[in-house]
Amino acid sequence: MTKTMYEKIWDANLVHEPESGSPILYVDRHLMHEVTSPQAFEGLKIQNRPVRNKHSILATMDHCVPTKNRSQIVDPIAEKQINTMADNCKEHDLNLYDMNSVNNGVIHIVVPEHGFVHPGMVVCCGDSHTATHGAFGALAFGIGTSEVEHVMATQTLQQKKSKTLLVKVEGKLSKFATAKDIALAIIGVTGTAGGTGYVIEFAGDTIVDLSMEGRMTLCNMAIEAGARAGLVAPDQKTFDYLEGKEFAPKGKDWDVAVAHWKSLVSDQGAEFDKTITLKAEDIAPQVTWGTSPEQVIAVNAAIPAPTDFTDEVKAQACEGALKYMDVKAGQKMSDVNIDIVFLGSCTNGRIEDFRAAAAMIEGKTVAPGVQAIAVPGSYPVKEQAESEGLDKIFIAAGWEWREPGCSMCLAMNGDELTDGQRSASTSNRNFEGRQGKGGRTHLVSPAMAAAASIAGHFVDIRDWA
Amino acid sequence: MEAYTKHTSIAALMDRSNVDTDQIIPKQFLKKVERTGFGIHLFHDWRFLADNVTPNPAFELNKPAFKGAKILVAGENFGCGSSREHAPWAIADYGFNTVISTSFADIFYSNCFKNCILPIKVNKTELASLMAEISADEGVEFTVDLKAEKLTTPGGITIDIEVDPFRKESLLDGLDDIAWTLKHVDKITAFEERQKQALPWLWN
Ligand code: SF4
Repeated sequence: MTKTMYEKIWDANLVHEPESGSPILYVDRHLMHEVTSPQAFEGLKIQNRPVRNKHSILATMDHCVPTKNRSQIVDPIAEKQINTMADNCKEHDLNLYDMNSVNNGVIHIVVPEHGFVHPGMVVCCGDSHTATHGAFGALAFGIGTSEVEHVMATQTLQQKKSKTLLVKVEGKLSKFATAKDIALAIIGVTGTAGGTGYVIEFAGDTIVDLSMEGRMTLCNMAIEAGARAGLVAPDQKTFDYLEGKEFAPKGKDWDVAVAHWKSLVSDQGAEFDKTITLKAEDIAPQVTWGTSPEQVIAVNAAIPAPTDFTDEVKAQACEGALKYMDVKAGQKMSDVNIDIVFLGSCTNGRIEDFRAAAAMIEGKTVAPGVQAIAVPGSYPVKEQAESEGLDKIFIAAGWEWREPGCSMCLAMNGDELTDGQRSASTSNRNFEGRQGKGGRTHLVSPAMAAAASIAGHFVDIRDWA
Repeated sequence: MEAYTKHTSIAALMDRSNVDTDQIIPKQFLKKVERTGFGIHLFHDWRFLADNVTPNPAFELNKPAFKGAKILVAGENFGCGSSREHAPWAIADYGFNTVISTSFADIFYSNCFKNCILPIKVNKTELASLMAEISADEGVEFTVDLKAEKLTTPGGITIDIEVDPFRKESLLDGLDDIAWTLKHVDKITAFEERQKQALPWLWN
């Protein structure tokens, strides 16, 4: 019988399938940050349960950390959360890259940097963007805090098997279209609920051609399509990326591992419950205009009107979004002015993203009245960027060059939009108030964000110099 | 965990689709290290005016008729976005134990069961009729009988509640998930032994 990659990973990690009750799935890697873990540790303590498999855990501090002055957290509640994380990791002897560690950064950036996730693993984290690690051919998904506790205590999860969705992207991307644009274009097709109940496998030559960073960006946003997880088949690029990393297999284990990883890809002719195909040539740089990632258009398209939707719910949502975002049906994105540009997050906080943005702004100056902040996804990203002189390009153009963290992606650390401010953001969610109460977020790729910082409004970077 | 019992309660109407967990509990309230006390922040950005304390009269849950509601009826794709369990904590702490919609985001759906909240999936027609009944008679009480898998309304609507039998039992018994899984600990150990042989580098 032929199997998809998802089914292979599922079968390999299935511990037990009781007659009555939920299947029990083994978890190989458990990632942690300060926001969704404290109540789980507290639960363990109350029940006096130990952490079953410490070496499966890697923890970081990212959501609440300051990106300006690292030594001072102004918000005492945030400080308590940071300290609680440190205490919990110490008490249970867990590997933590704390705020001042040279390895610190956003969890989904840090984990791949150390080769902590390999193909075929089941990976979870109290964070929906865990889907990122599907780029390595690992089954990676977000869980709630009760489940974080469950994994710590049992190293397993009670899981339901998902359906499978194959998203095929074929052909060559146009010059300025990136993995981010592919992700947004896909969500534009599926909607934010289109993937609910599914695990997506991304395939096709366009996906194969993406770098590992690009694949991470794409899988990262699988959750925005409603999917449990996203997967890309591991290939030579994956192996090259992992080889030599701290947690990658070494010596004779390496060859055994690679052979094992190669066996994980979906069999020829394996059946998926659903298939969607996109042509890469059709994917222009994307911009979201509304308050859901599915409210997205090509940069040169006009903002839709409620009457453009046949679905009544979508028409209603369009009306609400136009109002909240203070944009008009028929308006061009190039007529929309912005106040803030945010470059960073687990979607677009990797070295490639900073290179792409720097290339757009080199020798130019940020538009008057625009604030632009560059927040590397981790210290290693920051260091790499600095060694390439990228920081100087940003600073010369009038950008702020910050310390790593989640920052304005969800605005928990004080980096936020004020009421009515509008951002061009490389993050993943444009929900109402996501970047600050009353703030208006437009999701774009790093190159699009960078260009917007110079122009003061969105531009079609395909004909912008 | 508390057990879910049969109840007849006010059903509040929130006619919005794609209600995301960022709205259910905005991020500024995620810094607490406790599980309790999130109810006062439920739907904060919608619920309060700019001063952050005055209830917004235009927000549906602030209607006096919905005070004390245990059932929340909302539009499609409820609970999308962030995995934060703070969302169901806030919903439960506010007083809801049942959410009705045509669809729920995966993580939110499973988080509900961990917190004694029953998410009920209905079809579009059923949702429309439930919403119509509430609109016509704000403050109306619906009855949820999980054991019998029935939702009934005074207007004569009866809906079969679709729920996984195991999750149903867990809710009815207030079962501890971890204790249940640990009953199978020998199988977990056996799995780990096999993995140590097959993929030894995972255990180095
Ligand atoms: S960068 Fe944003 S999406 Fe990613 S983990 Fe941090 S807050 Fe979540």
